Amino acid sequence: MQKITRDALIEKAQTLLDSGVVTRVLGWKKGDFDYDVTPALFTDIESMKKDFVFGDFCGANFSKYLLKETKKIGVEGKVLVFLKSCDTYSFNQLLTEHRFDREKVYAVGIPCDGMVDVNKIKAIVGDGIVSIDDSAEVIKVETLYDGVKELNKADILLERCANCKSRKHVAYDELMGEDGEVIDSNRFDEVEKLEKMSADERFAFWQNELSRCIRCNACRDVCPACTCEKCVFNNPNSGVENKAAANSFEEQMFHIIRAFHVAGRCTDCGECSRVCPQHIPLHLLNRKFIKDINSFYGDYQAGETVGSRAPLTNFTKEDLEPSEAVNREDK
Amino acid sequence: MRKISLSNLDGLFAKIAEKSKLYIPVDDNKGFAAFKLWAEGVKMSNALNTVRSAKDFFFPQMENLMEFKTEGKNIEIIDIREEKEDFVVFGVRACDVKSFEILDRVFLSEPVDSYYASRREKGVIVSLACGKPAETCFCSAFGIDPATPAGDITAWKTETDLYLKANTEKGEKLLSQVEGLTEDCDDKAVEEQKKAITEIVKKLPLQNLPLDKFGKGKTKEYFDSPEWDELSSHCLGCGTCTFVCPTCQCYDVKDFNTGREVKRFRCWDSCMYSDFTLMAHGNSRVSQKERFRQRFMHKLVYYPDNNDGLFSCVGCGRCLSKCPISMNIVKVMKTLGGKENV
Repeated sequence: MQKITRDALIEKAQTLLDSGVVTRVLGWKKGDFDYDVTPALFTDIESMKKDFVFGDFCGANFSKYLLKETKKIGVEGKVLVFLKSCDTYSFNQLLTEHRFDREKVYAVGIPCDGMVDVNKIKAIVGDGIVSIDDSAEVIKVETLYDGVKELNKADILLERCANCKSRKHVAYDELMGEDGEVIDSNRFDEVEKLEKMSADERFAFWQNELSRCIRCNACRDVCPACTCEKCVFNNPNSGVENKAAANSFEEQMFHIIRAFHVAGRCTDCGECSRVCPQHIPLHLLNRKFIKDINSFYGDYQAGETVGSRAPLTNFTKEDLEPSEAVNREDK
Repeated sequence: MRKISLSNLDGLFAKIAEKSKLYIPVDDNKGFAAFKLWAEGVKMSNALNTVRSAKDFFFPQMENLMEFKTEGKNIEIIDIREEKEDFVVFGVRACDVKSFEILDRVFLSEPVDSYYASRREKGVIVSLACGKPAETCFCSAFGIDPATPAGDITAWKTETDLYLKANTEKGEKLLSQVEGLTEDCDDKAVEEQKKAITEIVKKLPLQNLPLDKFGKGKTKEYFDSPEWDELSSHCLGCGTCTFVCPTCQCYDVKDFNTGREVKRFRCWDSCMYSDFTLMAHGNSRVSQKERFRQRFMHKLVYYPDNNDGLFSCVGCGRCLSKCPISMNIVKVMKTLGGKENV
């Protein structure tokens, strides 16, 4: 796959800004290190040339930012958003749910061969990263204590990229480079492992993972499927508002309730697990739902098209009865 | 100065654990460290720092305060506070040790928070010098020396030995408890390590933050800075930075009401949350910009205003590595402090 460069994206932005197609650009801004990239809005090409970056640390899915960006009062014109293939599924899902105005967005699909997880780098090279050169497949990391180490990109990919489900862009106004294909990935392997566990083993697995939760809500706040104006967990009038990880039961319920809430709408973009400060594999809950929906109702990919009705909200006479679902062998 | 061979570290831990609970940093199944209760076979992590800070020991995320029971027209108020046991926290880094001073100024000033105070009284802190600080570390910008952390006892770990030096009465007492296991020694190895750490710190990229631009009396200068718009524009409003922060101290008091019984508890709250300032009349911080500004103004201006110029950041770097969008106090300081002062 061809590697898209920062310069090519800046050039694209310049063309679109100059011609008046867009008035601003959602992009990635360089940080203090080579890996701490921040989402940012650019309104002129000079600031882009100064601060815009594109590389292996641009994992952030911008689709959800379009909600706020398209609702700004007094801001004219379209916003340019660069979308990786996985992001386009979230983009479509949000459109299906009427969460932002498509007319106010100009989407440019960009090819992606996977983003890198800095935590995986740190696990290998340790602390004290001075620089990371990600211009080639072999990534060079220099540290204060251990000189330069060469890492294979395949070994340090974000989980969701190691199990990429699609390099195909399902939404865009314009595509840079060639489009990819839907991938027959191994993303359900971990779920199958969990299914094969005994109930007690599985309980122990999740208790260990979820007991680390600090209820920071980063998973919810980054999730493109979590777009309620006011989350019940933030609403003092809801009766279930809760800021504390008061006990393990509540932690488990929070994440399981959230997984239920996004079932059928989760595109498996993997942002929840990417941002979790406690490294809880939250995507596994969502993938279990996706896998079950696929096996009960036929393959369904949220966000593949705009306006599709998810199996859970679309009754058909062929739907299996609830009793069939609970009588599964793997129960 | 006392020393003990690293090969006998378990013996040291066992001796301490005879008399009081001992917590040490331990790796989880993913290689991230957290303070855990020591028991036979539990190994100390080599990680530079724990994901959560050591403030949990004195200011836990959730804590029951009191209970009420009603019977007819009577209400009984039950004080559930118990005498706390002594405990030892081993391996606290210089940044986290400094954070206790910042928390003390909040919880131990009148009216004293008795829940916090009893834990502080019972806790013994054994700090550990940072042999290999990370690129995200900037404690020295706040005048903290990672080579000589404070605490009741300061420890230095070399390739072969652990060196211990008591700084307080509590520390002396703990050292005398383990006297049979340790031997007297000079401070040559420790001085060498200190020198090496000082050299490394000079190479860390975030040591020269524009701290002189912040502190007491700067509210008017920064409150209406236009930079807040861009800095906060992509903040998710999650509480990650506040919950991993060793100096964030805000909490909410809530009631768990069963109808006949009320359990009153407190839990960490976050100024990043939309309902943090929700009151009967409405919300005084209506957008994320105001919530975001509050957090950093509190660290860099308001807290120093009320505490003799002391900043309420210790440069541990947790927010730098944990923020989902990589926005953090360093970027705020560079952006605001870099501008021309009018």
